[in-house]
Amino acid sequence: MNDLLLTFPKGGVHPPESKDLTEHSAVEPLPIPAEVEILLNQHFGAPCKPVVKKKDQVMEGDAVGEVDKGLGATIHASVTGTVKGVGLSAHPIAVKAPSVLIQTDPAAQPREWQASDWKGLSREELLGRIKNAGIVGIGGAGFPTHVKLSPPPDAKVDTLILNGAECEPYLTTDHRLMLEGPEKIVEGAKIILTVLGIQDCRIGIEANKPDAIEAMKTACGKASSNGFNVSVAPLKVKYPQGSEKQLIQSITGRRVPGFGLPFDVGVIVQNVGTTKAIYDAVALQKPLYEKVVTVSGRGIARPANLLVRIGTRVSDIASYLGGTLPGLAKVVMGGPMMGFAVSTLDIPVTKTTSGILFLTEDEIDARPYGQCIRCGWCLDACPMGLLPNEIGVYVEAGRAGDTSQFGVFECFECGCCAYTCPAKRPLVQFIRLAKMKAKK
Amino acid sequence: MLTVSVSPHIKSGESVEKIMWTVVACLLPPLILSVFIFGIQTLIITAISVASCVAAEAVSQKLLHRPITIKDGSAVITGLLMAYVIPPGVPCWIPILGAVMAIYVAKHLLGGIGFNIFNPALIGRAFLMATFPVAMTSAWLPPIRDAAVFKYMGSGIDAVSTATPLYVLKHYGVGALMEKFGTMSVIYGDFFVGWRPGCIGETSALLLLLGGLFLIYKRYITWHIPVSVIVSVAFFTWVFGGERLFTGNPLLAILSGGVFLGAFFMATDYVTSPSQAPAKLIFGAGIGALTVLIRLKGGYPEGVCYAILLMNPLVPALEGWFRPKRFAPQKGA
Repeated sequence: MNDLLLTFPKGGVHPPESKDLTEHSAVEPLPIPAEVEILLNQHFGAPCKPVVKKKDQVMEGDAVGEVDKGLGATIHASVTGTVKGVGLSAHPIAVKAPSVLIQTDPAAQPREWQASDWKGLSREELLGRIKNAGIVGIGGAGFPTHVKLSPPPDAKVDTLILNGAECEPYLTTDHRLMLEGPEKIVEGAKIILTVLGIQDCRIGIEANKPDAIEAMKTACGKASSNGFNVSVAPLKVKYPQGSEKQLIQSITGRRVPGFGLPFDVGVIVQNVGTTKAIYDAVALQKPLYEKVVTVSGRGIARPANLLVRIGTRVSDIASYLGGTLPGLAKVVMGGPMMGFAVSTLDIPVTKTTSGILFLTEDEIDARPYGQCIRCGWCLDACPMGLLPNEIGVYVEAGRAGDTSQFGVFECFECGCCAYTCPAKRPLVQFIRLAKMKAKK
Repeated sequence: MLTVSVSPHIKSGESVEKIMWTVVACLLPPLILSVFIFGIQTLIITAISVASCVAAEAVSQKLLHRPITIKDGSAVITGLLMAYVIPPGVPCWIPILGAVMAIYVAKHLLGGIGFNIFNPALIGRAFLMATFPVAMTSAWLPPIRDAAVFKYMGSGIDAVSTATPLYVLKHYGVGALMEKFGTMSVIYGDFFVGWRPGCIGETSALLLLLGGLFLIYKRYITWHIPVSVIVSVAFFTWVFGGERLFTGNPLLAILSGGVFLGAFFMATDYVTSPSQAPAKLIFGAGIGALTVLIRLKGGYPEGVCYAILLMNPLVPALEGWFRPKRFAPQKGA
């Protein structure tokens, strides 16, 4: 079995998976909070302009922010209630960002979304539904999905890859989605295949989720008809297996060129969570205003997989799960390898929040860093074949501007180098500094 | 208070301390055995060497206003390695001078750990060889056979001093070697376990091999450098080491001198060795070739120390020539 697993050849690390905290917990809906703060700047692209004002009544699923120009995606109200104001909120990355604050109407009934047959719809109508529902890549940077599904006409896309690798430790949202709704994901895949006008879809899943692999295989078996060819590709457990470029190489053997995009090698990648959201958007015409979030770590009383309304504050989630525990040292939005540490629990959940980790002192490593001992482990760990050690030494020596020779712009900050470094050097931090100062 | 820092938020359990102290542990069995081979003074010389290196590290870092990192074990390794390449009959103050050279000059004046070009322990030894050539090339002791570990304490070391197998081989030939150390099968057995004249920690190929294999098992080092050094010494000795071409004795060559100590513990020093597999193979092969060149044609009977020191400055070039293959290089890069 093991040698049949697909993987990428160069680099990668094996951090402790820590998925046992939540992998067997079914997704439970978080009770709707008293108020939500919906950030207007949630993802890749231009921030939205608010289309509501104070005291407006909104229903869940109504648009509250629209993109007036450039790349972006519509943002919707996640609860039914009254707009209390348009102001600033704490933001996971940008510190402060504009937001719409909505006070929930406790008496409101949940909005129903009826499934309808999408099969007769044209490509434009399908893309329109995806755009109107505000779908973005919810597994990563939040790239607007309708744009990603409209590759330039000269790109010869032949394969859709669904990313169910979920290689980040702790996170189990994609795992639970594949286990609890595999048919919806396969249906979503068919929608994407229809939009792209192709037949082949491969669903990449790391071998540490055998139950999800089985569930998806069963769902694929039922669905592989009408010309669609949807199948599961079990992957070796190795971080960053779910990185777009590594995943494409693992499954197809193709290499995305420098500064290239997946469609340059005939592939479009979508996260399985995004695919489920595409199903909701097209079949139910339901906008993306809630998502599954893994809340985990040894600093929270009850780790869980929660279905959370966008805009719910981390503090509301923590108190629902019994509060934080003594020893809590760090709160991370996202996974432990690439997520963002936050300084406050007042941060609202966005469309791209896949996890909220409450990490204790034992789980993080706060030891001070030392000089590079040139062990070369970061060179072995880097999946992009870069020289993190040299970049770090150059940055420390004040020569960040000279680091493009080491490929600093090819780095996608997976964190393998800093994870493996025995001197505990903050190599990703050095690389970010280098990216700011180096010339392309 | 929540900690905020750049990702990743988890790190592997490895650390510089863990690596260094594991290497120290792997170096201890040859030291213990050396007490039974050469007597208790090997322990005293090694203790002085380690203490001087640690003290030199602390003083150097204090003088240069750097954080004091003696707990990381790297100065302990330098102290052990320097003692291991010193003859067992030298006066006790010798390693103190070597420590100052190794730690202050060769390590900290060049930027501290990670920036030194040459292996500090070997610089220490080379300095001692240049400064005290008589003591460093004549204080060899015949192995003790009766566990009388206090035999060489006090006076009389000069009276018992002997010659190393490589010295005998170089100056008197194989016949004299067998006359002194027994038949070839006895020589192979004794030399493999460690019962031969030589430096304090270099004689036991067996224990050094076990320690080195443990480091490979722990993935702290890879097989490339040790294997290429040993194979290269054996190969070039076989080709050039006999009276005619292809008649040298490769097994005797690798069991003599400091080949195993150098191959597993000195040539693999992270700072002064390359990191990529092809570069490691070239580096190791170069060390082996230079060792044999010095042994056969040079002024000294043994050449591992200088061979490594000569290859050390090539490391930056090797690192530049053999870089990892970029996944997606940009145009012009």
